[in-house]
Amino acid sequence: MVERQKFGNLIPHVILCIGVLIVAFPIYIAFVASTQDTATIANGQMSLWPGPHFLDTYYRTIFVGSSGTTREPVAMMMFNSLVMALMIAVGKIAISIISAFAIVYFRFPFRMSIFWLIFITLMLPVEVRIYPTYKIVAQLHLLDSYAGLSLPLIASATATLLFRQFFMTVPDELLEASRIDGAGPFRFFKDTLLPLSRTNMAALFVILFILGWNQYLWPLLITTRDDMQTIQTGIRKMIASHDALTEWPVVMATAILAMLPPVFIVVAMQKLFVRGLVETEK
Amino acid sequence: MANVVLRNVRKTYPGGVEAIKGVDFEVGDGQFCVLVGPSGCGKSTLLRMVAGLETITGGEIDIGGRVVNEVEPAERDIAMVFQNYALYPHMSVYNNMAYGLRNRGMAKGEIDTRVREAAQILEIMPMLERKPRQLSGGQRQRVAMGRAIVRQPKVFLFDEPLSNLDAKLRIAMRVEIRKLQRRLNTTSIYVTHDQLEAMTLADILVVMNGGLVEQIGNPLEIYKKPATTFVASFIGAPPMNLIPLQGADANLAGAGSGAGILGIRPEDLVIANEPAPPGGVSLDLIVEAIEQVGAETYVYGVRSRQGETPTVSAKPGELPPGEILVRVPGQSGPAIGERIRAVAARDKLHLFSADGRKRVDS
Repeated sequence: MVERQKFGNLIPHVILCIGVLIVAFPIYIAFVASTQDTATIANGQMSLWPGPHFLDTYYRTIFVGSSGTTREPVAMMMFNSLVMALMIAVGKIAISIISAFAIVYFRFPFRMSIFWLIFITLMLPVEVRIYPTYKIVAQLHLLDSYAGLSLPLIASATATLLFRQFFMTVPDELLEASRIDGAGPFRFFKDTLLPLSRTNMAALFVILFILGWNQYLWPLLITTRDDMQTIQTGIRKMIASHDALTEWPVVMATAILAMLPPVFIVVAMQKLFVRGLVETEK
Repeated sequence: MANVVLRNVRKTYPGGVEAIKGVDFEVGDGQFCVLVGPSGCGKSTLLRMVAGLETITGGEIDIGGRVVNEVEPAERDIAMVFQNYALYPHMSVYNNMAYGLRNRGMAKGEIDTRVREAAQILEIMPMLERKPRQLSGGQRQRVAMGRAIVRQPKVFLFDEPLSNLDAKLRIAMRVEIRKLQRRLNTTSIYVTHDQLEAMTLADILVVMNGGLVEQIGNPLEIYKKPATTFVASFIGAPPMNLIPLQGADANLAGAGSGAGILGIRPEDLVIANEPAPPGGVSLDLIVEAIEQVGAETYVYGVRSRQGETPTVSAKPGELPPGEILVRVPGQSGPAIGERIRAVAARDKLHLFSADGRKRVDS
């Protein structure tokens, strides 16, 4: 038994290490590239050790911007991305928790039809309805605005479904106890459902924030001004297409910077996130 | 302080299912009323209608002289203890008890006094800052009671509050609930499926079956004179022996009994080697099984004169047809396979009509 356990631990460990290497090595290369100068990368002589240009590359990336097609500093792009991701995550959670509350706790005509309508939107992500959505946003004069960036992505069936499933596991007696305690629907929502959904909201927030942060196609379509572009579209625009020289260190530094907020969010909310996915404390 | 009156209360669900088919009874001020019956008899529904959690589709419910059919639960001046306690899991014990008072806009100082007073009575003072998940079942039960007490309601409603506790704790809490109710002298309605709980707690016992009240009265009266065979087999443990008076048994209970059902409680049967006393009954049995529980012994026998024993509709808690249960004090009993004779005196016999819906002797 003891021997078996030793092997049992060793083999998964090795496999995991290989996996980590596969995932981490490109990121390491990106980091190394961001500390070299452009010429070294361009002639293919890049070393595997960090170069001497860490500070000036990152300073230039964050505050000045590349000298190529876009001249916006990455700080601005990150701010745009952050606003968009936050609006999407918070907006989605706010709207879906209210709609799930309505669907689970209120009896109104066509309740199930409305639920299925929400459900069907799962099959219609932005990419599918991109032309009509673009037209609506354009006619509402929301191009190049934060509202235009986030609103079309806010309506969410997944979050509604998740909250609906969660609410259905909350015992009815809690609602009844609240009614006897003189709490109306709004009080019940505020005092009981919201605190109970805390971990679920945290888990959703992590997922939705990353989803919003990583949006590419939609921001690419509706932003035309350089000062409204997000970091994901900004990276693409930094890579020069014609005969100009791409500033690879800046591109790589931007990529590294683009990774930081999602990583930060996951690490910071890891505890709540995991609890939100597995825990059933009621 | 209030009485609760139910007048021809009915509940029909939208699908047409009748859960409560017209119930009338009154619980006097400060009385402890127990609704008892098998699961699905409508007792919980009835309680929830009193609480205002279910709509009333017919009749009237009157709490303290006010018809409350259309009144919101919070306005009915009631407090309810739920089977699974229904404590708010994210609130401390203190907040669980204070929540209802805060919602009514009561002053902070008054809330604090009431919560501490209730905590004192229930001995949960040291736990006020804990969350419900850090408490044991019995402690949660106390908090749920505390939440009811602090409101100082006109009526307490209990929905099987002890069924999630283990047997020992259940007995302790049962006694405590009774003491507490006497002390606060608040009108209470208590739902249970446990006839022992019902017998020990009730001032008034309401036995329900199939959405109807079978019998209302003092628990001992009901035990002594059950009105129907259902009550006879439901109240009292082990259940009453019911023997259909048909065929060869037609004149079992003496002259003039005719068609009907004869009931004898297991504790009223005595194993004896003599003929039945005048007007009484004697049964010849072959012992099939014996259960020793320490203070007493249950002897299961089959009528030795078998063949034509017809079947009585077997309801929950009832013995299979043809089988007779005798309860013998102490540990001495006959052996399995032995032939015995069990006799019962005339005044220990219960006679019911053939359909079991009516008691025929006085």
